[in-house]
Amino acid sequence: MSDELKGEDALAPPSPEIPQPSQQFPSRFGGLKGAIGPLLTTILAFLMGGLVVLFTGKDPIKVYKAIFNGTGLNWFFHVGSHSARIPFGTAHMWFPWDTASIAAQNLQQTLLLTTPIILTALAVAFAFRCGMFNIGGQGQYLAGTIFAVWIGSSFNGMSPWLHVILCLVVGTLAGAVLAGIAGFLKATVGAHEVISTIMLNWIAIWVGSYLFGQGGPLQGSQKSIPISNDIVEGAKLPVFWGLKLLQGLSIGIFIALAILIVYWIIINRTTLGYEVRAVGFNPEAARYGGISVARNYFLAMAISGAFAGLAGAVDITGWEYRIGQNDILVNQIGFIGLAAALLGRNTAVGVGFASLLFGALINGTSGRQLDPSVFRPDLANNLTTIIQGLVILFVGLNLGGFWVWLKRKRRT
Amino acid sequence: MTAAIASRLGGIRWTHPRTVGIFGILLGATAFWLALPPLAARTAVLPIAIGILAVAAGIWTYARDERRVGGGAVAAGLLGIAFGVLATRSSSAHLDQVVVWSALGAATLRYATPLIYAAIGGLFCERSGVINVALEGMLLTGAFFGIWGAIWAQSWAGSAAWLVGVGAAALAGMVLATVHAIWSIHLKVDQIISGFALNFLALGITGYLFVDKYGDTGTPGDVPGIPDVHIHFLQNWYFIGPIIGQLNLMIWLSFVLLVGTYIFVFRTPYGLRLRSVGEHPRAADTVGISVYKIRYIAVISSGGIAAMGGAYLSIGFVHSFNENMTSGTGFIGLAALIFGKWRPFPTWGATLLFGFSSALADRLPSAYGNQWGTLFQALPYLLTLIAVAGVIGRSIGPAASGRPYDKQ
Repeated sequence: MSDELKGEDALAPPSPEIPQPSQQFPSRFGGLKGAIGPLLTTILAFLMGGLVVLFTGKDPIKVYKAIFNGTGLNWFFHVGSHSARIPFGTAHMWFPWDTASIAAQNLQQTLLLTTPIILTALAVAFAFRCGMFNIGGQGQYLAGTIFAVWIGSSFNGMSPWLHVILCLVVGTLAGAVLAGIAGFLKATVGAHEVISTIMLNWIAIWVGSYLFGQGGPLQGSQKSIPISNDIVEGAKLPVFWGLKLLQGLSIGIFIALAILIVYWIIINRTTLGYEVRAVGFNPEAARYGGISVARNYFLAMAISGAFAGLAGAVDITGWEYRIGQNDILVNQIGFIGLAAALLGRNTAVGVGFASLLFGALINGTSGRQLDPSVFRPDLANNLTTIIQGLVILFVGLNLGGFWVWLKRKRRT
Repeated sequence: MTAAIASRLGGIRWTHPRTVGIFGILLGATAFWLALPPLAARTAVLPIAIGILAVAAGIWTYARDERRVGGGAVAAGLLGIAFGVLATRSSSAHLDQVVVWSALGAATLRYATPLIYAAIGGLFCERSGVINVALEGMLLTGAFFGIWGAIWAQSWAGSAAWLVGVGAAALAGMVLATVHAIWSIHLKVDQIISGFALNFLALGITGYLFVDKYGDTGTPGDVPGIPDVHIHFLQNWYFIGPIIGQLNLMIWLSFVLLVGTYIFVFRTPYGLRLRSVGEHPRAADTVGISVYKIRYIAVISSGGIAAMGGAYLSIGFVHSFNENMTSGTGFIGLAALIFGKWRPFPTWGATLLFGFSSALADRLPSAYGNQWGTLFQALPYLLTLIAVAGVIGRSIGPAASGRPYDKQ
């Protein structure tokens, strides 16, 4: 049993004799206190991003305000303008009814972007709970999109619901297989999952770029541009808010939310989740307790990849409907999921909020939403990347633990 | 001289499995080579026959417990058959267009150079026990600040402005690496997280500055580039002349860097300290080596070296900058480092191989009007994945890499 993980110590997590950095300050606390660290991290990252904006001679407050308006989150503040007659008087409605306003459309875009981020973040989080770092969310996401496009654009005339479900299932499996390779290598020969998933990412990127490129096998019928065919009508997820033509919000968001709950159940309420967490805390102890470490490495990685693959499939069936060669090279959803998972501290609730934050940020800085007279969208795109980098940089610092430690120190 | 060679040859046991296996690998390569210009055999029988011989030699070797060489020979034979048959089936005009060995050789060196800078930068860092997945970001930073420095210095430094560019690149790379060093050595944050954060920061910052400064027009066309080195007497030599007669200065520098790195890391006491800190920091600390100091120096110099590769990319190779222009080059450098098992010369070999596959990926689509050449871009990653999986000799990094060190 100990033999199968022999080579692992090359890049393994620190051995028990070396104190972990997180032991310096308290790091695991549940409930609201757990949100202190991520909140501080976010504030710090946005402050530093604001400094960058200030540095180039723009007013950061105005810029952030314009970005916020682009996210559509201001929709929730359209409050009180609606009144309804109820017996014995009128009531001011809190709920904003104005579902066709610009803010509503912006919010639809934000939620559309949040959907795959939740799923790719869960991919990172699940592997993390097993003590592994799945950098390959990007590749697994791409595998999901590729297979969803392939299934979705063929089989014309299949019964619609079946077609959508087939798309989602095959995309999910594609992600699971790609991540499963990394998990298998980790479980059998101890190949470090970070290296193998980085390699698999780029393999997926270039294979995808070949498939949809000029003359590639999945290039669409229009032979002059490197873009796939659209998926057929029956393979599209229903849009429940907004217009399909204007990229309305599909029911994909509910799939993502359901998977969030599934994630919570698997991690906290099943034997699998228990074993996965046990291996994540201490593989040696888990092995001693009779848990197959190798099996859990493989399973955790495959399930993690399934989440990311589903993200790709939901994106394709929900609103993208096609992929271009260019999208494959530019897309960063998997990496944003990485940031969201780290910021959400790998908990279901945290991942949900962090994904909404990043979805909103990306949508708010996109060329379609941001007012160009306030700030250039192509600058704002890069601002998003900077903030994303800063978040990942600071999230490792355990600012929340530092905060609590500081308060305790002051009290004594 | 000849006597020495003869005695070496006499020392080879020709029926030894290892020798047969190596012979098999060569046969596999020959199977493909025969179908290419200048010979360009037009029948598929030749590559198949020779390839089968190679596979047979491989199996024979494998059965006699030389698994690595044997497996290599089998793979070489199969690949030789596949590519040989493919080549015989495509028209010679296309082949002539793609396979101009001297041009391919020169392109290989051009593509391999940023990789070797990145890989050597990574070698210093990882040999000291700090994982560096931020090579991509360091290359990108170097690429931007290289061209920025050259443009900035153009007015007063004239044609020597590229020197300022390379200096600015190295400095920027070192600043980025300093963050990585502080985060992973003192703050003891997970080195992979910190590295990835720096990749995003580099992507965002260079993109932001690029759009802010050159966004509307792109970088100017008359950027003072790094000069080529013309070796006049070499230029007319058969085959070698076109490859190395006119190379960029940075390519020659990379050779110097390579040999220097080898001597430094494996033949000096400082290199021994570097390696000991990466293999067993506690032991190194016990004998009085400052683990933190060595790691800081290694990580920061790694940033400088990798960024110089980026400067070559922007002002030595393509003479412009674009957002995310490295698009994975740094990761191929990391792959080469792993493929070369953290040793300078094998790593260099890996960068040449990966550079060759990039050169092919660049030339094939234009000749065939088809994208399948793009798949060669994925080859470095696939090979590294296989290497990590341990099919052809596992690569295992320095023992302490990824582990923060606590002083006691």
